[in-house]
Amino acid sequence: MNVVSPIQARAGVLGPDAGIAILDCDIHPRARSLADFRPYMTERWWNYLQTYGLRARHGFNKGYVFPKAQPLACRVDSWPAEGGPGSDLDLLRAQCLDECNIAHGILNPLGIGQGDQNNGLSAAMAFAVNEWQVEAFCRPEPRLRASVVVPYEDGAASAAEIRRRAGDPNFAHVLLMSRTAEPLGNPRYWPIYEAAEEAGLPIGIHVFGYSGWALTNGGWPSFYIEEMTEHATSCQALVVSMIVEGVFERFPKLKVVMIESGLGWIPALGWRLDKHWKHLKAEVPHLTRAPSEYLKEHFWVSTQPMEEPEAASHLLDVMEWLGQDRILFATDYPHWDFDDPRTALPATLTAAQRRAILGGNARAVYGFL
Amino acid sequence: MPPAPPPAFPLPRPLALPPGAIDCDLHPTVPDMRALLPHLEPLWRDTAVERGIDAIESNAYPPGAPITARADWRGADGRAATTLAALQSQALDRWNVATGILNPLFGVQLVFNEDMAAAFARALNDWTRAEWLDRDPRLRASIVVPMHNPEHAVEEIERCAPDRRFVQVLLLCMGETPLGRRHWWPVYAAAIRHGLPVGIHAGSAYRHPVTSVGWPSWYLEDYAAQSQGFQSQLASLVTEGAFAKFPDLRVVLLESGVTWLPGFLWRFGKFWKGVRSEVPWVDRHPAEIVRHHVRLTVQPLDAPEGPGTDPDTVRRALDHLRSDAMLLWASDYPHWQFDGDDIVPAGIPADLLRRIAVDNPRATYPRLDPASSLLGRPTGTDAPPAGTHAAPAPPPHQASIPGSPAHGAALPGATIQGARP
Amino acid sequence: MPAGATPPGTPPTPARAVATRHVVAATDEIPPGGRKLVAIGGRDILVFNLAGEFFAIANRCPHNGGSLCAGRTTGLVQSSEPGRYHYSRQGEIIRCPWHNWEFDIRTGRSVIDPRRIKVRAFPAEVASGAALQAETFPVQVEGEYVVVEA
Repeated sequence: MNVVSPIQARAGVLGPDAGIAILDCDIHPRARSLADFRPYMTERWWNYLQTYGLRARHGFNKGYVFPKAQPLACRVDSWPAEGGPGSDLDLLRAQCLDECNIAHGILNPLGIGQGDQNNGLSAAMAFAVNEWQVEAFCRPEPRLRASVVVPYEDGAASAAEIRRRAGDPNFAHVLLMSRTAEPLGNPRYWPIYEAAEEAGLPIGIHVFGYSGWALTNGGWPSFYIEEMTEHATSCQALVVSMIVEGVFERFPKLKVVMIESGLGWIPALGWRLDKHWKHLKAEVPHLTRAPSEYLKEHFWVSTQPMEEPEAASHLLDVMEWLGQDRILFATDYPHWDFDDPRTALPATLTAAQRRAILGGNARAVYGFL
Repeated sequence: MPPAPPPAFPLPRPLALPPGAIDCDLHPTVPDMRALLPHLEPLWRDTAVERGIDAIESNAYPPGAPITARADWRGADGRAATTLAALQSQALDRWNVATGILNPLFGVQLVFNEDMAAAFARALNDWTRAEWLDRDPRLRASIVVPMHNPEHAVEEIERCAPDRRFVQVLLLCMGETPLGRRHWWPVYAAAIRHGLPVGIHAGSAYRHPVTSVGWPSWYLEDYAAQSQGFQSQLASLVTEGAFAKFPDLRVVLLESGVTWLPGFLWRFGKFWKGVRSEVPWVDRHPAEIVRHHVRLTVQPLDAPEGPGTDPDTVRRALDHLRSDAMLLWASDYPHWQFDGDDIVPAGIPADLLRRIAVDNPRATYPRLDPASSLLGRPTGTDAPPAGTHAAPAPPPHQASIPGSPAHGAALPGATIQGARP
Repeated sequence: MPAGATPPGTPPTPARAVATRHVVAATDEIPPGGRKLVAIGGRDILVFNLAGEFFAIANRCPHNGGSLCAGRTTGLVQSSEPGRYHYSRQGEIIRCPWHNWEFDIRTGRSVIDPRRIKVRAFPAEVASGAALQAETFPVQVEGEYVVVEA
């Protein structure tokens, strides 16, 4: 009889994935407290933050619009001795990088003022968060890369922040949230795309954020499970917007990675857009190709949360329609709907497909290593 | 001006409809407010005139937009389906449709004054009855209800339901609050009481932007966003427990698109497995619930189409539904979903066509074929099925329905057997 | 090979013709509401004390391999109709720390699909030290022990 520790160390036990340099495009770091950002903030904004807090575009100064399934929406086993999940680099290393054999991981900080009601505070936070990611995570842990967090409701300030980080190899992509005040194809956001394209950085769009509008186009739902399902609808709207507004005609080199959006909806959205564009194309003469072609050329999608159809083969159909080369692995560590690279992908993928999804596809998009 | 006559030599029909075909989504067009005036009560008739309310036209279907009416179906005024003759020659006669269900989209849902909205809805339903149902025995219609206040909606259902040519209650897919919310439940109880499925049609009351991330710029985005509204409504109906509360509730998604459904259910089901205790009345996988209670019309299918399409892709996409009972044939006339007589979306196999054009609609709409109702309702009666909680209320406005056939009188149209003796 | 190092995807250990009895803990080592993770024959087994009754289930969540030992216990939430919550059996349901799936500690069966989705349950009982010593287990004769058959 042996007593074993609750968190099992399985490092090195990789089975068929041994030798794959896995790239995880969704890891969530957390500050131990807001004080972590203080060294990078002016007195003015630090005092403002202390006084009013972060005010997202909803009514909760503290607390959640829809309470999560687990505290902070995190794996119950991801809490370090001190601080919240994702705040302890050692535990992050142990549970995510080492445990899942992650060669490189991209940090996507959430809930730190990106879509705040106050654009000035949002810009101050974005700068501080970007400094903090590099100092607290990337320098001590070379497997990690940071996101360029931007105050996305202010296009000009966002572009300035992107240009500030351009050329810095610590940064992997520009991070936007899916729920924005206007659909992301709106020209107010184009300075972000211009700067990102210029810097050669993909745009990562992570689900969440608060648009200030009802969570569905038919009003506010009641439950957390609806908030989770509705991430896919918000992403459908923003993908449609980016395509139909002509973002990719204007920025032909722009790459967009949809993170945590799921992928089951993507082929059907392309079919729908093509069908109705055929009859409405005179309205949008700035589009020179069928909408699904922009979708295929400019978008990638992360795996987590991997859909679970009742019949597993149906997911393979969707992956085929989507293009196996468009799918990038993500754990979403330390969130509760975390995917383990060894168990999350459909078992029937070929070895080559697994290799591409776990690492190769992401390397083609991000271009580092 | 009468619509252009159909061509002397009909175009070849790629896939002919089986005998008895039911078209589940036809849109009669209210030309303008003048058409409704005779059906408005005096107060509201005078209000419409005195306040210059000459139109209620929804942005969901701008009259000039190509999707709103196929070009070759438009009359001299640019509108289509404004007359029975047009509907007959361009759709019913041409495609040998045995039964057609009218879903009027006149924008009564947009009005903010709930009393005015209710008055316009009553006028609209009476217009449908007088101008269409009374004049072609093949036609059936949906009861358009004002979804501002459930009391008004229930009253309108009670008023119209005794006329069994009304086969469905019609809602829009985007309103003020999600359709699963419990304050709407009296509407569903009333629908079930009368054996009426609840149809949810593309369109919005525009209480919210058509996307959850704000107003888009282009109509193409507005139209594309409709399928997002349907996803949200299904999530709401399931999670709030509408189907648990009303085991007999049957919902028909109209002009919703189809291919988005499986991916939505996979995501929904995955989260349900983890957080189902938040909504413990959802005691089955959401996909099972949706397959049992929800039907969808096939125009648009939103599958790949046109040259170069692998028909196997459509077959596989349909296979993801894991049911051949869910789809209902519809032309969506006069909306422009197809050209010529391609009335069956490409890739729908011939053996499925009979099911979706005849069997499934009959099973869905008890008033079309009560004998085959899948929901186990008593047939040919408005009595509530065993187990539902609500007692039927007497229809409050029954006597006041202008132009209504005598209740229970033999209805024109041989396909209907459900009238009460 | 260290305990708990079963690679994910490894097929479950085939059922043995004769299960073996294992003394996994002294009863006072697992207080009511408590749990203990033990390794028996390469399998991680989670032992619970529910108000004095002991139950043992496999530790690995059949979904994605989360370690149930790190999960929270909760009660069973059921409903007879929307808006009515029946909360019972507090502490008798274990949630996977990852995706929140619920399992009945008494049976190992999942709440979402008790027939098809379950973790393996193993017979567990309390036995006296005296009886166990007679079976040649090296235990204190005056103690009480949890025995798992696996």
